[in-house]
Amino acid sequence: MASVATTKDTSASVESTSRAGRLVASVLLYVAVTIGAVIMIMPFAWMLLASFKDLGQIYKVPPNWVPDPFVFQNYTNAWTSVPFATGYMNSAIITVTVVLVNLLTCSMAAYAFARIEFPFRKTLFMLFLATLMVPEQVTIIPLYIIIESVGLIDTLLSLIIPYALFNAFGVFLLRQFVRSLPVDLEEAAIVDGANRWTIYWRIIIPLIRPALAAFGIFTFLFQWNNFFRPLVFLNTIDNYTVPLAINFFRGQYATDFALLMAGSAISIVPVLIVYAIGQRQIIEGIATTGLKQ
Amino acid sequence: MSSVVKAGSKLSQRRKSDIKWGYFFILPQLFGVLAFVLFPLVYVLVLSLLEWDGLSRATFVGLSNYTTELAGSEFRNALSNTVYYTVMVVPTSVVLSLIAALALNKLRLKNFFRVIYFAPVVTSAVAAGVVWLWIYNPDFGLINAYLQNWFGIKGPQWLLDPKWVMPSIAIMSIWLSMGFYIVIFLAGLQGIPATYIEAAKIDGANRFQRFWYVTLPLLSPTTFFVFIIAIINSFQVFDQAFILTAEGGPADSAVTMVYYLRDLAFVDFVYGRSAAVAVILFAIILALTLLQFRVQRRWVHYE
Repeated sequence: MASVATTKDTSASVESTSRAGRLVASVLLYVAVTIGAVIMIMPFAWMLLASFKDLGQIYKVPPNWVPDPFVFQNYTNAWTSVPFATGYMNSAIITVTVVLVNLLTCSMAAYAFARIEFPFRKTLFMLFLATLMVPEQVTIIPLYIIIESVGLIDTLLSLIIPYALFNAFGVFLLRQFVRSLPVDLEEAAIVDGANRWTIYWRIIIPLIRPALAAFGIFTFLFQWNNFFRPLVFLNTIDNYTVPLAINFFRGQYATDFALLMAGSAISIVPVLIVYAIGQRQIIEGIATTGLKQ
Repeated sequence: MSSVVKAGSKLSQRRKSDIKWGYFFILPQLFGVLAFVLFPLVYVLVLSLLEWDGLSRATFVGLSNYTTELAGSEFRNALSNTVYYTVMVVPTSVVLSLIAALALNKLRLKNFFRVIYFAPVVTSAVAAGVVWLWIYNPDFGLINAYLQNWFGIKGPQWLLDPKWVMPSIAIMSIWLSMGFYIVIFLAGLQGIPATYIEAAKIDGANRFQRFWYVTLPLLSPTTFFVFIIAIINSFQVFDQAFILTAEGGPADSAVTMVYYLRDLAFVDFVYGRSAAVAVILFAIILALTLLQFRVQRRWVHYE
């Protein structure tokens, strides 16, 4: 708006060239942004297209992008030749359990830290905040020793229990959200004689649903894609998660790229579905907290 | 009088029950933080002073694990690989994502493009790594095929050449994480009041001057935040390095700090030395985080 006002008193010819210049700049901007987007999409497109090729097409130089003919064999082969079915099952068990327990326990802690007075509240909350600075790779050896000493190495529980019962990011994120709620409703409930659990379950949980959704999506993505800790804790193929199955697959069929692409595509699909549903929450969650797990 | 006392005692009763409720609500996560973070953190400090293979008796060796590691060629290789990776990834990611954010900021299709640029962030490094493994294939991969076909250049051996291993991992990492930084930059740009830029426009500042003298200084807290987060993430790199190479790559060129500490602990079973590497890694990350807090506080103060 202001630019229109400032160019008003200049001559008409200058105005028209600057308008043309702006149009050119805008077109160039779109071209540049589109090229960037194509580069970002390329590996996905390449993966999907290649997963429908047979080996003859795979090793063609220069590559032809569109499969001819389309082959669906890679998917059935990938699904049956690696433990993808059990991998899916294991990843689903771990991810769903951790997400549900995290949603419950983190929102409980968040409510207490935001609203209930108890001794050492501040200190304990600072403790949670401080643990955001500890990367999980740093504590992997002691954690391994602990898990081993209780006999849980190479079980799904070795991943479920520690992740389910600790998520400082979730406590922090949800506490911020609870603090932003008006206290009137809770105070009315307290006057009516409701106890803390009733307030938490009946009032707080419904109000923080958007934050719970965002946090749930974050946790899902992190757990589904998680690699480092499963790699250390799980040894038996029957216990592999999807990323471990892909890693195993990579070792077995290092040169069968068609099969590898199909396997990779199989593992990315649930993530892309969750992303398609929750992309707004994911992106806005990151924009407001500056954090991901 | 008596009703006030009654109300007071009721209130204090409420307080007492609140204390119980408070601890009840935090109990599960409190247990987790103690058992799975604080205790292991103390444990790793103790381990770093021991010589132990996890089976036989542990012996106290003082700081010798640290001196062994800091003087050893393997640790230095891992550290220098990690620093090399960081130097390649961080400035490139920050500059590219800033440019992308500036380009996207005023675009009508901003949200559409943001979704695309962000897509690799939600993808697992393992699944994406398998795809890049092929993209980098010297004979049949996308890059070399087109280098040959369009420009007649014979491309490098990528993941087979020790000189090219880290750059290859770095390129994939930039692709994987750029969307994350773009989103943070876009949020930062939203926070800059439009009036400042309008004022500069009225004063006759051109596009570049407006960017250089108004937008960039006002964006500096965000830029600094992105910088630090990117460095911290770089020091923890593992998944890409592990998937793109076999056994640490040619001449151990893909062995990063985390790669190295995992090898020490779970391949060689020298827990003490691995713990020492973990503590050094933690010290580096802690220092960077505290630096971020300090600078951020000063910036907030200034405004």
